Parts: sequence; C-alpha cells; structure tokens
Amino acid sequence: MMAAIAVTRFGLGARPGEIDAAKVDPQGFLIGQIRREGADIPQDGGDTSAQRFEQMRQYQQQRKMEREQKDGQADKTAANIQTFKDSQRELRDKVNADFLARARLGANTPAGFRERWALFWANHFTVSATKQITSVLIGPFEREAIRPYVFNSFENLLVASSTHPAMLTYLDQAQSVGPNSQVAFNAARRGGKSKVGLNENLAREIMELHTVGVDAGYTQADVTEFARALTGFSIGRDNEERAGQFVFRVNAHEPGGRTIMGRHYGQSDVAQGLAVLKDLAADPRTARHVCGQIARHFVSDTPPPSLTTRLERRWMETGGDLALVAKTLVESPEAWDPTPAKFKTPYEYALSTWRLIGAEPSAIERIAPILTGLGQKPFSAPSPKGWPEDAQTWASPDGLIKRMQWAQGFAATAADRTDPNALAVQALGDRLTPPVAKAVSRAETRKEAFALLVMSPEFQRR
Amino acid sequence: MTAQINRRSLLSLGVGLGISVNFLGSQAFAASEGGLARKKLVVIICRGGMDGLSVSPPVGDPDYARLRGSIAMRRDEVLMLDDTFGLHPELQAVHALALKGEARIAPAIASPDRARSHFEAQDVLETGAAHVYGTETGWLNRTLESLAPIRRVEGLSVGSTAPLILRGKVQAASWSPGKLVDETARLPTLLQDLYKNDPMLGPAFARGLETEAMAQTAMTAMAASPAMNMAAASTPSMTPPGTPPGTPQMTMASQATAGDKQNKAGGDAARKLGATLGGFMIQAGGPQIAAVSLDGFDTHAGQPGQIATRLSYVDAVLDGLHQGLGPEWKNTLVIAVTEFGRTARVNGTGGTDHGTASTGLVLGGALKRGGIIGDWPTLSEKALFENRDTAPTLDMRGLFKGALADHMGVDRAILDSKVFPDSAGVRPLTGLV
Repeated sequence: MMAAIAVTRFGLGARPGEIDAAKVDPQGFLIGQIRREGADIPQDGGDTSAQRFEQMRQYQQQRKMEREQKDGQADKTAANIQTFKDSQRELRDKVNADFLARARLGANTPAGFRERWALFWANHFTVSATKQITSVLIGPFEREAIRPYVFNSFENLLVASSTHPAMLTYLDQAQSVGPNSQVAFNAARRGGKSKVGLNENLAREIMELHTVGVDAGYTQADVTEFARALTGFSIGRDNEERAGQFVFRVNAHEPGGRTIMGRHYGQSDVAQGLAVLKDLAADPRTARHVCGQIARHFVSDTPPPSLTTRLERRWMETGGDLALVAKTLVESPEAWDPTPAKFKTPYEYALSTWRLIGAEPSAIERIAPILTGLGQKPFSAPSPKGWPEDAQTWASPDGLIKRMQWAQGFAATAADRTDPNALAVQALGDRLTPPVAKAVSRAETRKEAFALLVMSPEFQRR
Repeated sequence: MTAQINRRSLLSLGVGLGISVNFLGSQAFAASEGGLARKKLVVIICRGGMDGLSVSPPVGDPDYARLRGSIAMRRDEVLMLDDTFGLHPELQAVHALALKGEARIAPAIASPDRARSHFEAQDVLETGAAHVYGTETGWLNRTLESLAPIRRVEGLSVGSTAPLILRGKVQAASWSPGKLVDETARLPTLLQDLYKNDPMLGPAFARGLETEAMAQTAMTAMAASPAMNMAAASTPSMTPPGTPPGTPQMTMASQATAGDKQNKAGGDAARKLGATLGGFMIQAGGPQIAAVSLDGFDTHAGQPGQIATRLSYVDAVLDGLHQGLGPEWKNTLVIAVTEFGRTARVNGTGGTDHGTASTGLVLGGALKRGGIIGDWPTLSEKALFENRDTAPTLDMRGLFKGALADHMGVDRAILDSKVFPDSAGVRPLTGLV
C-alpha cells in the first residue's frame, strides 16, 4: 500500500512499473528525489527573461507600426503587417512551448514527487497570463526563480520570486514609484501630467499570500509602508545594461526609514526591501501559513493539525530549509493514511492519465483544451492566490462530465492493445478496490474499461 | 394536454415511469406556491475588486474629477442616469434597461469585510458570513437548503468549477459550454454505479448528467430563436494558451491589450453564455437560482482599457440573459456585485488599489422603478473611508436578504440566522420588487 501511496499521492501518478520500483523502500523512493540543486528544468527553447523581453519589445514596435499604417499615417505595406503577425504567432508559440515542455516533463519524469514539489511552489508564487508581457515570462520565471530554489531556503526562493521580472510585471511593481522620490519630483516638475506614484499590489500579496498570511494581524499602514520599501524594484530598459532583468532604481525609491509590523528599517536603498523580505521569510507566522498549505496540497483539504505542526517546527528549526521540510513531510505518518483525501486537479489528472500509458502529450492541442474546459487554462490562474486545491472546486458536476468526455476520447486512442486488468493494477497497485477491478473486468470493450479506470473514484483521488 | 394534468396525475405518471422526480417536484408545488415557483434570481460575482467609480462614475460629485485625475471620465463620455451618476460607456444594454426602470445602481455597497484582501472578501461575499471563516458553505446553497422543505428550488452555477456561493449540502448543478454527452454510451450508467457509495462524486455526477440533458434543450431552443443565432455546443473556451482568451464562462484572464476583434469575440461569447443561461432558466424544472463569475477586475495599472473590456463582457452577459429569458424576464432579479471597490484616488500607475465600497447593479423585469439603492456618501475628504475609499453605506447582505425575502419568499427568521448567520442587525432592503 505504501508504494501505491508514494507514487500516487506524493507523485504524479504511476508510470508503467513505477509502483513496483517504489516497493522496496517507499519513503526512500521519495527522499531520493530531493536534491539541493533544485527541480528539473523543462526542456524547451531555453529563452531567458531578458530574451523574451527583447522579443516582446520588437513585437510591440511592429504592432505600433501596423496601427499607424491603419490610421494612414504611414505607407501600408503588406510585408510589415506580415512581420507583425509572425512575431505575434512566434510569441504565442513560445508560451505554448513553455507549457508543453512542462507537461512533458510531468508526464515523463521518474521523480514525480520532485516535480509535484516544484508545481506546489510555482502555484504558491503564482504569476498568471493576465498581461501579455507576463504571459511570455511565466516559463522563464519557473526556470529561473522557482525550480532552482525549491529545495533551498525559503528566503532565497522568496527573494528570487519577488525580484523576477515576471512577478514585477504581474503585480505591477515595476512602475511603482515613491511619491517623494527623485523620479516623482522630476515628473511633477515636467508638468504633472504623467502618472507616477505608489502601487501596493506586490507588497500586499507578498504579505497575504506568499508569507505571513492574511490573518497575521498587519494593517493597511504596514502594507503601504512595505510598498514604499519596495519602490525601486524594477526591470532594466532596452538601453540599459541589465535590459529585461531586475534592477534597483534608487531614484524611484521612497527616501527615509520605515516601520513595518513593528520593526524599523533604516536602510536607504535595495537593502531596505530585502531586509523586510528576510524578516518576513523568518517570521513564524510564515512557517505556519506555508506549512498549512503544504499539508493541504499533499495530504488533505483539512489536514491533521499534528502534521502542520510537525512541518512548522521543522521549518523553524532549520530556518526554512525546504529540502528538510520536504523530507519531514515524507516521514510524517499522517501523510500515509490509506484513505485518499485529495481530488486531483485537472492538470494532475491529465498528467496521471498520460503517465498511466507511458506516454506524453504530443502537442499543445492535446492538453490545453481539456485543461481550459475543466477550468484550469494553461498559465492562467484566476488570481495571485493561484489555483484552488480543494475537491469542492474541481469535483463539480460540469467538471465530472467533461472529464468523462475526455476520458472517452483518450480511451479511443490509448486503449487499443493494453490489457485493462493489468493496467488497473499498474495504475493503482494496492489502492485498486474490488468494485473498480470488477467494473474494469466486466467492460464491453477495452475502450470502455480504460475510461472506467481513469474515471474511477480511486484514480481521480490521490 | 398540459392544462388537464393536475398534481396528482403528474405524480402518478412519474411513479409509473420511474422518471424525473426532481422535475415533478418543482412543477407539482407550482400551484400551491403560486407565482413564487416562477421567480428567478441570478447573482453575478465580478471578481478582482471591481471599481465602482468606473461602473457608475459620479461625474456630478464635486470631488470626483480631482480624485480620479488622469482616469476621470467626463460627463459627455458616460451614459447619464441622473445629475450625479452616469454608467460606463460600455454598459449600453444596462443603460437601456435603466431607462425603462429595469436596472438600478447601488453606488456604495460593501460586504462586512474590511481587510481589502481579495480572497477574504470573496469568501465573505459568498459565504454570507459576518466575518471571514464564519461558515464553509455558500449563502445561495443555504437558501436552497432552507427552501427545500417548502418547495424544491434548483441552483445552477455557470463555469467549470463550483463557486463557493453555491457550495453546500444541496447538490447544485454547474454547466459550461462544451460538447454534449453521447447518451447512447454505456459509460454514464456504469459510472453512476461505480459512484453510488461515493458521497462526493455520486451526487455531483448525477447532477452533471441532468444538467447536460437540460443544456441540450436550452441550446436547441436558442438555435430556433432567429435573434440569437446560437451555435449549439460552440466551445469558445477551448483556445490554446497565449491566444488572448476573452472566453465566456469564465476565468476571464485575458490580456489587457486584447484588440477590438478579440474583445468582440469575448463579447459574443459572453452574450451567448447569458442567453444559454436564460434558456436553462425558462425550462420547466430549470434552475430558479443561478450564479455566474466574471474575473479580471483587479485593475492596479492601466485601468481604463482593462475595465472597459471587462464591463463590455458584463454588459453582454446581461444583454444575453435578458434576451434568453424572453417573457420570463419579468419574473427575474439579477444582482451583480464585487468583493470590494477600489481607492477613490488614482494610484501611481494609472490604476487603483484595493478599496472598500463599490457599485452593485440590480436588474430585472421584476425590479421596481426608482433611483439609486442606498445612500451616496459623496467623495468629499471627510466622507472617504479611511481617507482613501468610497465609504460603504449599504451592507450587501441587506440587498441579498431583501431580494430573497420579497422576490423568492424566504422567511425573515431563516435569513437572519441561517442564510446570513448573525445578521439580525442587518435589515433586509425591502421594496425592490
């Protein structure tokens, strides 16, 4: 039973032979996947954020030209419009390629737990395709700011995420300017028409979602002060040395020391924001908030308090060492309750279906439509809070119908040669229950058997 | 023949055929409950903190233009309602209804939550609790639960995930556009059998199958209506990532820079969605209570373009719903609200940050003609909440309670304790219908 739990609850579902491989030492099978250098990097084009920024800038220029042509302010040449459309398609293809590469990694990796751990953190530090500029940076964000740090210290992960161009654009930090900064002063002198000032979006979400949590007792004044501390966190412009990368603009930074959640920060430059991040990372309320989320993600929508407490204690003992927290999760007896409590999200569900037959999505068109139909459109989490994790959200009447329709289609292409009874054992191991085994064995066709298996309560839960 | 069928004959017919008890349930009580069985309530949740001062710009308020600076709208840009308020230019269908007395604004409405957190405020809006984590189920679901002993009322959410507002003991339906179920396949029956002991999957799946059957009818009805030209089973939501979505059901997480064509596609999809929802609601035994979510209102930067797109979708959904309901519009009340409004002052990036009160829209053929709902606190320095936000003058629970009491016939004592726990002090806003 523990091998089946290791592979399905902690991992992404069984690939052929995976449960057998985990049998000797299920906990060791998972602990062996934890590594200092971080999670795997999806194999796509490998563009950096800076490169994507440059491509986006070119696209925007072409779009501007095209608009001017439409308005009759320039010669209308078909060639220019073509270039604009090509760049648009190219950018879209890149975002699709980022997502497909990640899905393929998830379908193929023998280290399912490592990948799940990375996906948890990518969702914790959500950046979503609500803005075009952010959409092209999500792939690079995960590669550059999340995956290398998921078994590092939480502080390093928090700083990497909070200074990445994807986050700085998604939560509007890049343009936030201190009201008494040099930049604001210059703007006012120029005539006051240009809009410069504070934007508190990132500051609020770091406190509420990424670190201490909404019930930590901070006030609106704390949020505003933190937003002032973060002014200057921005992205290099085209003509600057660090184009498309994090820069600190001292001219945009709000001068002076400030007090946030009772602590004074007297620094006068980038050190001020970083010092706040360091304190937030070390705060026991952050440990409690984030460990609760880890327990909810892996174990149950309502995890046993003893589990959360154990993770929290380990977090505080180790200064937020995420590799050791991951190990503690695996070693916690509460995490091995044989009753599966979690309902797979659409992404987890789709990946586990490919893993079942030892395959991967061959094109974005194979995976994007079903995720969108189930309410989990690729790279488009509905808010900075990320995707919901609870069964109530995903086990909706409409969601189940759409899963069934998809399972029928998937079965038509996947179930031609395999023995359904063997597949059921391979998928669920000791978690296979007699009713499901019976339903699969009594099916009229291989196709029907396959659809029943992947729609069974046992396969949809973990 | 329908005219001759009475409750008793219907029930015995149902027993004889072993079918459709739900359907009979709502019909059978129709006579004894009179008009209440026809009443319809739709709640639209605009997520992300919808800027009330953009929905209904108070262009006649002396402080409005100064506070809003670069994003203020002029009197000649907006669709005027009275001397003080206009509607955003994208809200044309709403404005047309307002001129007929079938749409009104509540310009300073808020939930009881003051934390300015999206997630906390949405929880409070949807649970109907006095404070966050007060209860775990949605107030629309508890409404269904409370009405169950009196008459069966069906609930439906539009979208592929179940929103908190309709979660709870009663299994509500959910629906989003997609291809239709092949009813000849054995799989649905086999799965029902496999789920029969599963307290979560069993009821949800059964409800999903019922809703699909209803969708077939709703979409056929719409296809027959020349005005709508509704493409049955269109799947506008199935676009690959990166294509600016603007899809209907929805997580409208679309690019703010979406061009006109994409906006139009999104608007068309939103209109179809509203019309299909109307098609559901006019069916015998169809849902009387429905919830729709629209995302993308968190406009911290570059607000004017973003909110114009979002409001055009709101307008299209409402317009489609109005058309889809046809003559049943007269029995309908629609309430559109958000978790909180935004700062009265423009921020440093051409947007606004999280605030407090916002505008709610109340529409429907059942609505009584009248002016604004609740008081306007004005935007004067003294009036701003914490020197920052539109001050709340109306607890949205009062609006909800009034709608449930007057329109849906829910008992006051149940509203005060069960549907909106600990809310006896919040007076139902009566006289709306």
